[in-house]
Amino acid sequence: MVLDRVSFSVPQGLTTVIAGGSGQGKSVILKLILGLLRPDSGQVLVGEQDVTTMGYRALQELRMRFGVLFQGSALFDSLTVFENIALPLRERTGLSSEEIHNRVAATLDQLELTGHEEKFPAQLSGGMKKRVGLARALQLEPKIVLFDEPTTGLDPVMTKEIYELFAVTQKKMGYTAVIVSHDIPQIFSLADQIILLNKGELDVFADADQIPHSSKPFIREFARMVMGQQVP
Amino acid sequence: MNQPEKKIFILFRGLGALGEQSLYILTDLGRMGTFLFFALVGLFKRPFRFRELLKQLAFIGAGSFSVIFFTALSSGMVLGLQGYYSLNKFGAEGMLGSAVSLTLIMELGPILTALMVTGRAGSSMCAEIGIMRISEQIDALECMAIDPFRYLISPKFLAVLISVPLLTAVFDVVGLMGGYLTGVLLKGVNSGSFFNGMQQSVTNHDIRMGVIKSVVFALLLVWISTGRGYFVQKIRGAGFGAESVSKVTTQAVVLSSISVLIFDYLLTAVLL
Repeated sequence: MVLDRVSFSVPQGLTTVIAGGSGQGKSVILKLILGLLRPDSGQVLVGEQDVTTMGYRALQELRMRFGVLFQGSALFDSLTVFENIALPLRERTGLSSEEIHNRVAATLDQLELTGHEEKFPAQLSGGMKKRVGLARALQLEPKIVLFDEPTTGLDPVMTKEIYELFAVTQKKMGYTAVIVSHDIPQIFSLADQIILLNKGELDVFADADQIPHSSKPFIREFARMVMGQQVP
Repeated sequence: MNQPEKKIFILFRGLGALGEQSLYILTDLGRMGTFLFFALVGLFKRPFRFRELLKQLAFIGAGSFSVIFFTALSSGMVLGLQGYYSLNKFGAEGMLGSAVSLTLIMELGPILTALMVTGRAGSSMCAEIGIMRISEQIDALECMAIDPFRYLISPKFLAVLISVPLLTAVFDVVGLMGGYLTGVLLKGVNSGSFFNGMQQSVTNHDIRMGVIKSVVFALLLVWISTGRGYFVQKIRGAGFGAESVSKVTTQAVVLSSISVLIFDYLLTAVLL
């Protein structure tokens, strides 16, 4: 069992960071939210809708409200940067080729990817792949964006750049962000709410300073190990 | 634990393993059955990906032409020689055209085409989809509310269902040419009796049997190849990452080939 009696809510329009060590079930939480996995029991509510009992069509409709940035970016190897970003627009909207071209060009410009549109994912650096992944995730103007380990494998400079990019795009688009990461404590700078997950147990905090004061021994121990703070 | 208890323990452990294996096989069959259903439904979903279909036709169909050509030529030439050797013993070389054409159209054409396409395109489709699965590309499609069956699987199904019967027809014609080369030009069988034997013995029923076989084999090979790749993470013993794709690709080729051979017997028994 990966997750047991896990319960939390995500405030609308704000950033929730789910942090914890590797193998604690952080990515499983994102897959549960998206309906890619079904829990053995319990509910996953998006607004009033329960993802766990939804049919295929309802789930498709719901997913239109989500954008996802995957850990490995999950770009399509056989498509160029332009085609990757244009894919959700081509498949899910009735926009003309010209409108799609203009929208993708604007996104490429915003994310400083202009000039790379004809490259394939294998020709991009890790940071550029993340930016292309983010551009694709934001194309359908989602209300909720899920980030799965967005800075894994990036150097500190690139990590900072990606964090700034999140902050800018969120401010502009006003989406609800859920970020799963083990980049502790750096990732806390983005958070409006922090959820720490350790050995299937979780605790929710409004900011990082509260973490060492958790009532749960597992979390206090975790904080002591990863943040180097004294347990009270 | 004393001796009788040990025996009972071993017996129950064996029964448990048998039950577990049976459940796995049933689950796998259910999974693959559902996969086939959604892949076939995907053929009728819109928007239709015409460019992807052309791309797949070029890869699976046109790309397999040379391997089919040489396999057919070689098989036809061997059939010509072997047929001449056997028929000559009874003074019935005039039947060579009939023997070569019936063997090719009813049996060798469909089966060898299916096996060649499995080896060349089936393995490639399985590996491609497997890599897309482990690198979360299929999850990404689902997250964008894009049906992976319509987008990814169904164009491959349609391309194989179109290509394999056409490649089988190419195989038959080239194989007959091969038989003619060795039987008539090399061994001196009368050209007129070669073609006459062919015309006299091949009926519409025989051609229909070849076509039915090629369509069934096409469905089997594309179903198994794409299905194994799609479920790469759920296949017992496959491992993880690149190793899992490699193992599952091997499994897909072996399973497709065995299924084609089994169905060849069943179809022959039913249609003959």
